[in-house]
Amino acid sequence: MVQRELVVTTRAGIHTRPAATIVNVANRFESDLFFERGTIKINGKSIMGIITLGATYQTSLTMICEGKDEEELADAIEALFLNRFEE
Amino acid sequence: MAEFTVFDLLDLDIKERSHLRLRCVAGRSGLSRAITTSKISRPGLPLSGFFEEFSAQAVQIFGRGEQTYIRMLEETDQMGNVEQFFSYPIPACIFTDHGEPSKQIIELAESSSVPLLVSDLPSGDFSRILYQSLDEIFSPTQTIHGVLVEVYGIGVLIIGDSGVGKSETALELMERGHRIISDDTVRLRNVSDTFLIGTGENPALAHHMEIRGLGIINLANLYGVGAIRDRKQIQLVIQLEDWDATKEYDRVGTEMTTSYLGISIPLVILPVKPGRNIPIIIETAARNERLKKLGYFSAKEFDQNVKKWLESESARKIYYDAEEDF
Repeated sequence: MVQRELVVTTRAGIHTRPAATIVNVANRFESDLFFERGTIKINGKSIMGIITLGATYQTSLTMICEGKDEEELADAIEALFLNRFEE
Repeated sequence: MAEFTVFDLLDLDIKERSHLRLRCVAGRSGLSRAITTSKISRPGLPLSGFFEEFSAQAVQIFGRGEQTYIRMLEETDQMGNVEQFFSYPIPACIFTDHGEPSKQIIELAESSSVPLLVSDLPSGDFSRILYQSLDEIFSPTQTIHGVLVEVYGIGVLIIGDSGVGKSETALELMERGHRIISDDTVRLRNVSDTFLIGTGENPALAHHMEIRGLGIINLANLYGVGAIRDRKQIQLVIQLEDWDATKEYDRVGTEMTTSYLGISIPLVILPVKPGRNIPIIIETAARNERLKKLGYFSAKEFDQNVKKWLESESARKIYYDAEEDF
């Protein structure tokens, strides 16, 4: 299991398009992806789930990856957050 | 859970129950104070000077008795206890029964930033509603990945891996006249260790669904208001999984259960393969669950009938075999 803290750096927060980008990237990997915010833990491979997080600018999220290619998945998602979701 | 403040209490929207009918008369600066317990305090003893075991962190309710008592204290100029009372970090004081706090109380509340709220409900009714609401707010919750639908009045939680067809199944069930509570993320709440209540995670996003190829659709608009619900007790869990030819699936209807937040719920594992009509199987499972609740257990009943029949057959056999001997 890989667990990392990520911070949303886009002003608009994670709205529909960034959520879709995350899901698309995550689906290239076999491992499971979860995001945690407070008491909410959602499946990172679901667009509605990610939007439900209500992640606004500067929100801190915990990313959890589990599976065979967990390291690669974690790196790819972290890169997305750093690249501001390719915006 | 996120902090629940006095402001949230004023804002509380209690559906299908009467409203708390609260308004704030003083101590507005304290409205951001957090309520941290579902306990409710009637501060008769502290007002009379006994401050041991005083639950200061609870919401304080002044019913008629307390109100009359502090009026008496005020008239006889014995406000020491009341002053001490307001020095505690109280989240809020509520005057029920149309109570109007006196000027002196309002000043005390203002200076100590204790929100002073007034409700026109009788204290009995008020306490009951407030207690139920707080109990719900402070009950343990868990968010899970799944779809919650109501089928023939039974709350059915459909779980399974991404892409197994949970949302499509829910759509087909809605097409057949059943209702959806939430797609994708379901927030479970343990109410009094007896009921498991499911709602959408976020009211603004509930009743939307993401379908691969279609994008995000609004279910309330597409299927109408009759096809949605805000909350439902979960009475059955259906786990969808890809058909595994090597796995043995239940063939006779033995009872399986799963547990969420310490509450045990009947579980049905359904193997999915192309051409299998999952919605109709879920409908049947829900009907069967209703029967069980009425005390009729199909699988057991069937087994008993089979046994009875075998017994009568063997009795008949013995009888006929005996007859041949004559």
